[in-house]
Amino acid sequence: MGRTLECVPAGWEKRKGVSGMRAFGLTAYRTQWGVLKTVAVALVITLVTAGCFGAGGGDEGDGATGGAETSEGPVELTFWSWVPDLQKEVDLFEEAHPNIAVKLVNAGTGADEYTKLRTALKAGSGAPDVVQVEFQFIPTFRQIDGLVDLSQYGANEVKDDYADWAWDQVSEGDSVYAIPQDSGPMGLLYRKDIFEKYNLEVPTTWDEFAAEAEKLHKANPDIFMTDFPPSDPGWFTGLLWQNGVRPFEVDGTNVSVSLDDPAVLQVTEFWGDLIDAGLVDTTPDFTNEWYSGLSEGKYASWVSAAWGPVFLQGIAGKTSGKWRVAPLPQWEEGEEVTANWGGSTDAVTTQSDNPEEAAELAIWLNHDPESVAMLNETSFLFPVLESHLESDDFKTKQYPFYGGQEVNEVFIESSNNVDTGFEWSPFQDYVYSQMSTHLSAAIKGEMSYTEAIEDLQSTVAKYAEDQGFTLQQ
Amino acid sequence: MTVQREQTLPAVSGKPSSDSRTKDGKPRGPHRQLGPKLVPYLFLLPFLLLFIFFLILPLVYALGISMFEDRLVGGSVFIGAENYLRAFRDQAFLDGVGRMLLFGVVQVPIMLALALTFALILESGLVRFRKFFRLAIFLPYAIPSVVAALTWGYLYGPTFGPFTQAAEFLNITPPRFLSEAGMLPSLGNIVTWEFTGYNMIILYAALQAVPPELREASSVDGATGWQIARYIKIPLIAPALVLTTVFSIIGTLQLFNEPSIMGAIAPTVIQNDYTPNLYAYNLAFQNQQYNFSAAISFALGFIVFVGSFTFMTAMNRRNAT
Repeated sequence: MGRTLECVPAGWEKRKGVSGMRAFGLTAYRTQWGVLKTVAVALVITLVTAGCFGAGGGDEGDGATGGAETSEGPVELTFWSWVPDLQKEVDLFEEAHPNIAVKLVNAGTGADEYTKLRTALKAGSGAPDVVQVEFQFIPTFRQIDGLVDLSQYGANEVKDDYADWAWDQVSEGDSVYAIPQDSGPMGLLYRKDIFEKYNLEVPTTWDEFAAEAEKLHKANPDIFMTDFPPSDPGWFTGLLWQNGVRPFEVDGTNVSVSLDDPAVLQVTEFWGDLIDAGLVDTTPDFTNEWYSGLSEGKYASWVSAAWGPVFLQGIAGKTSGKWRVAPLPQWEEGEEVTANWGGSTDAVTTQSDNPEEAAELAIWLNHDPESVAMLNETSFLFPVLESHLESDDFKTKQYPFYGGQEVNEVFIESSNNVDTGFEWSPFQDYVYSQMSTHLSAAIKGEMSYTEAIEDLQSTVAKYAEDQGFTLQQ
Repeated sequence: MTVQREQTLPAVSGKPSSDSRTKDGKPRGPHRQLGPKLVPYLFLLPFLLLFIFFLILPLVYALGISMFEDRLVGGSVFIGAENYLRAFRDQAFLDGVGRMLLFGVVQVPIMLALALTFALILESGLVRFRKFFRLAIFLPYAIPSVVAALTWGYLYGPTFGPFTQAAEFLNITPPRFLSEAGMLPSLGNIVTWEFTGYNMIILYAALQAVPPELREASSVDGATGWQIARYIKIPLIAPALVLTTVFSIIGTLQLFNEPSIMGAIAPTVIQNDYTPNLYAYNLAFQNQQYNFSAAISFALGFIVFVGSFTFMTAMNRRNAT
């Protein structure tokens, strides 16, 4: 629809014998017929304009449904993703699949895209065929029946090729709701020069981390051991994950919420003490202030994830050679437990008219060796495909920004140690927003960290109940 | 147009023989016929159609969903006015409204005083390069508010922002723009910067409509420039002042972009419910509480209406006495 309508009909002025705007004015205002004709023209304009609006909306829908109309021509898929330079991988896919045309759209990063996706799903049209979704939002979109079970299109055939924990995140039993694309097993990025200058040891446990933080602060109060971002619940959840917290268990409409268990309190109070003692800064991350802090030596370390090293290179270029990467500090000496922060998947929406082709795109893009290599090398995604994780080229790549360290090795190890069995809630945006609100309140001193966590638990539990879930103990 | 065509008109306009207009299109008397009476409405039709489809229908839809409760599990249930009762008891919403009223009571007078001052100065002919200044003061309005908020957010930066850097260079305590106490003034500053020029243009246009004879007469009577402004110009542009005030009240209660952008750099201060509009947005798109969000929006609309109406009534009463 809409394709035959033009916003400004060609030759319109000539045919009507009036000049556009004057049609509304006095020239044609001579007789009643003239008046009526003017009105008629105005109406036509209205309808054409409305038609154009309609066409604008319709085109998006067409992208998603176009293929169904023409069984002969290529199937057209719409693909929402914010991965940089993804067009190259999409071109590869199109080369390998002459019958499928892909329209790649950047519909915003993270929350921006989710808002659009949710609106489209709610409206009943306008969602793409394939969509990028971060791990933590898969249950949220499943809850509103937004994602197609890909097991019917052969997704389970590639199951064993991915890191266990990653597959665990996208599947439930034999059902598969997305194909993992990249991940963020966590690790510690630190400033070797600052550590050496102040005689700090690279911490292997969180206790050591706190002790070194205190030592650093005494030596130089202008430098913080690290930053605790009050509005990055994904980061905080990663830390909870590492400590064995399982905040949600979901079984159909039964949900258990354990945001206040001792392991949560342990993590929260640990960081709360550091913040209250002024050893750790609380600047929101991914803001200009924070970027400056990292490049100006305000922070001695960044508790980060596998995508962090390349990202940091981009924002703190002048600190090249000064950073190193270490494994994530542990709660118990000698343990090797890590968690994941960030990373995405590609899922197929229930609005797709060509779910089979859409599934093929989601799988191929994240499984084909050439495409996966490209995602890693040009889009800087940390892979979840075992074959790529274990390839020598990847493992032994040296990064000058990190003094030639083989950075990937640390994160491959971390990827292998990510705890499986971590579940997200089916209303993750609410949980995240409440987590930010409560942590912020505690940082501001409006309540203690313990109170914040207890209140977080009761707020989220109440929301779950209000939304019709049955709470399990 | 041809005679033949005029004869086809009766079906549409009633009596073609008693055309109320002369050949040159001037009305000949009161419109008694149905046809000519309809004409203005036909002209309005394009607007009306868009108005209905893009404003009235969405409003009706929102009003409709505000009476339901849609749960993630269990679907939609009709609950009548319960969302509204909840809205007016919702501390987060009421706090947001209170915050915006406080904001408006301080910011709107400052902004309008500045706008009026600039307009009077520019109109008085006291300054040279009038066109340049007019444009320069108006320019911030042409900058998208998101861009403005991002820029100011950078300037306000607590460690690396230029104000902080300058304060540290001078060895004085840097202002804490993004702190709990500093945020409202900081936002007020952005909004004032953005909208002073816009209000100035409205007031300036109104000033230009003040008859020059009045000014000349008062000059002859020995009035000073200040007296002319105070007793001639300002009273005569009172309607424009009322208009700009009402627009500002509405704009204040609906503040969204600036706090939303500031929220990214000061999340501990600006939370999801900092302003009523931000709250409604987050309820819908983050909490998936579309129904309650619709109710909050209508409640806000009601408060905006009451606020504007009260102000207008107060003004009218003052004018009447």
